[in-house]
Amino acid sequence: MKKSSLWLCALGALVILLTAAEAKVLINAAGATFPYPIYGKWFEEFAKTNPEAQINYQSVGSGGGIRMFSEGTVDFGASDMPMTDEQIGKFKNKPLHFPTVLGGIVPTYNVPGVGQDLKFTPEALAGIYLGKIKRWNDPELTKANPGVKLPDTEIVVVHRSDGSGTSFVFTDYLSKISPEWKSKVGSNSSVSWPVGLGGKGNEGVSGVVKQTPNSIGYVDLIYVLQNKMAYGSLRNAAGVFLRADLDSVTEAAAATAKSMPADFRVSITNAPGKKAYPISTFTYLLIPSKIDDPAKKKAIVAFVRWMLTDGQKYAASLAFAPLPKDVVAKEQKQIALIQ
Amino acid sequence: MTLRNRWRKTLSTVMLGLTGVCAVVAVAILFLMLGYLVYNGWRSVDWDFFTKLPKAPGETGGGMANAIVGSFQIILLATLIGLPVGFMAGIYLSEFGGKTFAFLVRYMADLLNGVPSIVIGIFAYAVVVVPMHVNSALAGGVALAVMLIPITARSTEQFMSSVPQTLREGALALGASKWKTIATVVVPAAYRGIATGMILGVARIAGETAPLLFTSGNNAYMSSGFTQPTASLPVMIFLRATAPYEDWHRQAWAAGMVLLLLVLLANIAARLILSRGIAVQK
Amino acid sequence: MATSAAVSAPPPSGAGALLQRLRNGDEVARLITLAFASSILLVTVGLIYQLWTTSALPRQKFGFGFLTSSMWNPVSGQFGALPFIYGTVITSVIALLIAVPLGVGAAIFLSELAPPRISSTFTFFIELLAAIPSVIYGVLALFTLVPLMRDYVEPFLKKPLGFLPIFSGPVFGFGYLTAGVILAFMTLPFIISISREALLEVPTEQREAALALGATRWESTWQAVVPYARLGIFGSIFLGLARALGETMAVTMVIGNDPGIHASLFAPGYTIAAVIANEFSEATGDLYLQSLVALGLVLFLLTIVINAMARLLIIATTRRGSANP
Repeated sequence: MKKSSLWLCALGALVILLTAAEAKVLINAAGATFPYPIYGKWFEEFAKTNPEAQINYQSVGSGGGIRMFSEGTVDFGASDMPMTDEQIGKFKNKPLHFPTVLGGIVPTYNVPGVGQDLKFTPEALAGIYLGKIKRWNDPELTKANPGVKLPDTEIVVVHRSDGSGTSFVFTDYLSKISPEWKSKVGSNSSVSWPVGLGGKGNEGVSGVVKQTPNSIGYVDLIYVLQNKMAYGSLRNAAGVFLRADLDSVTEAAAATAKSMPADFRVSITNAPGKKAYPISTFTYLLIPSKIDDPAKKKAIVAFVRWMLTDGQKYAASLAFAPLPKDVVAKEQKQIALIQ
Repeated sequence: MTLRNRWRKTLSTVMLGLTGVCAVVAVAILFLMLGYLVYNGWRSVDWDFFTKLPKAPGETGGGMANAIVGSFQIILLATLIGLPVGFMAGIYLSEFGGKTFAFLVRYMADLLNGVPSIVIGIFAYAVVVVPMHVNSALAGGVALAVMLIPITARSTEQFMSSVPQTLREGALALGASKWKTIATVVVPAAYRGIATGMILGVARIAGETAPLLFTSGNNAYMSSGFTQPTASLPVMIFLRATAPYEDWHRQAWAAGMVLLLLVLLANIAARLILSRGIAVQK
Repeated sequence: MATSAAVSAPPPSGAGALLQRLRNGDEVARLITLAFASSILLVTVGLIYQLWTTSALPRQKFGFGFLTSSMWNPVSGQFGALPFIYGTVITSVIALLIAVPLGVGAAIFLSELAPPRISSTFTFFIELLAAIPSVIYGVLALFTLVPLMRDYVEPFLKKPLGFLPIFSGPVFGFGYLTAGVILAFMTLPFIISISREALLEVPTEQREAALALGATRWESTWQAVVPYARLGIFGSIFLGLARALGETMAVTMVIGNDPGIHASLFAPGYTIAAVIANEFSEATGDLYLQSLVALGLVLFLLTIVINAMARLLIIATTRRGSANP
């Protein structure tokens, strides 16, 4: 007995030594699942040039990111949904929004026998998520897709079960194009969904859609591409059917880029313009305006700078659109506000 | 034989046969699950799994070295807190306890045992994470310790109580004080059973996920110290399995297999100790 | 708990006496172990206190209406526990409906029919089932049970029985039924192991008496032995129920995460444990977070009651067993 307890102590001491030896700056961040693929890539690449800083990003959803950021459990947050005035009010020092990339939310589906590029009208999408359009061969869908054989099966609707910026942007779009959605459900990071299954995170929703025949979900473009799933095109405000891609998402931001408010909080859904993709969004880092720890502050500022310059180069390969030049310039000025 | 008797006899054979089927089904479930898990896990586990850190979503490769070490850190904390407390409490219950107080402690221990682990997670969150403003291995360790204490206390008590009084009286007759008797005679007599109880308790908390979700959180890197978010095997399994990436599913299988094998090995070892040796020396 | 009354003198009283008592090694040992034992009390009381105080807001705002409201809307700040209580109860009932016949049947086999070697080997394996972590059940259920239910079992049930409300509606694979099935697998080992022990305690005279009266093997088992052990068997069912109520990970992964009340077993739903696991780390706003804690409190109370009943039944069995020679 005595010998084994000695071994246990030695083992414990070893573990403590091993782990304490890693004296790098650990920066905790949490938030949106939407840009997780590119943030993951960014933190990996950034660590190569700045090895003393480790940024640990947890993809818990925008709601979780805002909550943990407000409580101070993480050093910075991430969200597709800009913080509300009420949420900002809880901070002693006003937090700063830094847009990182532009992304598109696509309707992804898993319908046996149906390939890519199913066309969705705004009415179709709203009707499906309201639970009024129940079957794949509903006239609203067949009339927009004349050549496609849609089966007579029930639509399995998938939405987010967690507090999501992606949900916010999606419901924001639905509220704009469907008065019924706006009055019945509204737009927020967590709504009372009329129908459907819940998946946790962009990962969870794509996971469920991928596994479940006759399902539909809304996720960021990169998840669909990385997992080789089918996604449809939407009819935008100008009446054109188009899919999300770098150009159409960038175009959606073009209209607002000039009139960007100082705190960068905008909605670019259902943007005007023939080539604009209707469910596009900026996604934000939420950075405190006052960081007490000098090592952390140095690392975070360095990362933001890197993100605005080198980081943008990785966006395209991961199906995100880089930020417009004027926005980048404005953000670089905002860095000075980080004390 | 009358028709009725023949019917009764047939019924008897059929029903008893069905019970046999039930037993076989129950055992078959275990083997099917184990088999499928090991089959998928074996194909997925590789050297990288044990040595590399996880990669960004969408990229293949990488491993769960941080989760393995993290789990170890959290479990170490839990055992450092939970085992001594449970052990001492168990000794009190079996050797010193008065009527009402001991009854109360036993009742509370059983109560705590039955609390769903997610509720214990809420408790640890309120008591450790909120004041410290950070997810940490410490919080996870506290949550698991709260689960370990009652298990250890009750099993320690059980085995200590089953040591025959004659051993105690013999030592006392030789002039040993009570605490010396306990330390040098009773505990060694019951140590097999106590050790078994401890191993089973640790194996049980090793697989817990729910209390870790919002206490120790997760970490893309190795956790440096006990006051940082820490990756753990069960949490990683959950996150990887519910994602769409095939490579992540592969890793979930591998991690699941590793976790399950560790837990089952601990359980089998504990039961063998108990059954081979005598739990309590007579 | 033998105190060597003959050895120690009667303890003196007063403050100086305390120091004298402390010099006595036994007293120190007693006080130290007492302190550790009290920590169990402290932790339990602390737990209840935390749950109570951190759920103050929804209790004040909704009162008992919290338990009966079926509205869970974080946007409008309306929180009700009914969908989760419903989901928790329904999945647990399904689990018991599957696990009890299977479990009691297996227990009967293991205690009455199987030769001792087979009985103990089988029991060893079945008890290993109880040691498998919940998340592993969850992964297996997610990748094997869900497609199985979606592609074979649920359509198979829906064809002839689709007119019943419980089998109506679309088939997702995720939902109450699938969660109930995986819960059944998780409660099975408890029911088997405890029922088997209860059955083994039944004195052979009961069996023999029935057989002597001309009963078949089955009749003697079912009509003489099992009723004698029924308290222990019920105890095992309650214990299994308590476990099923609090199960988190396996259920979260297959229940479909929808906070509504649905009649159909094929529909997605939510349990108390699952919603806490999914929404706790990101509930924004005090009312939301505290409503989740309030749900935790409800679950806590539910499991205490069921566990207490289980223990009473099991104690009654052992007491009765030892009372009858």
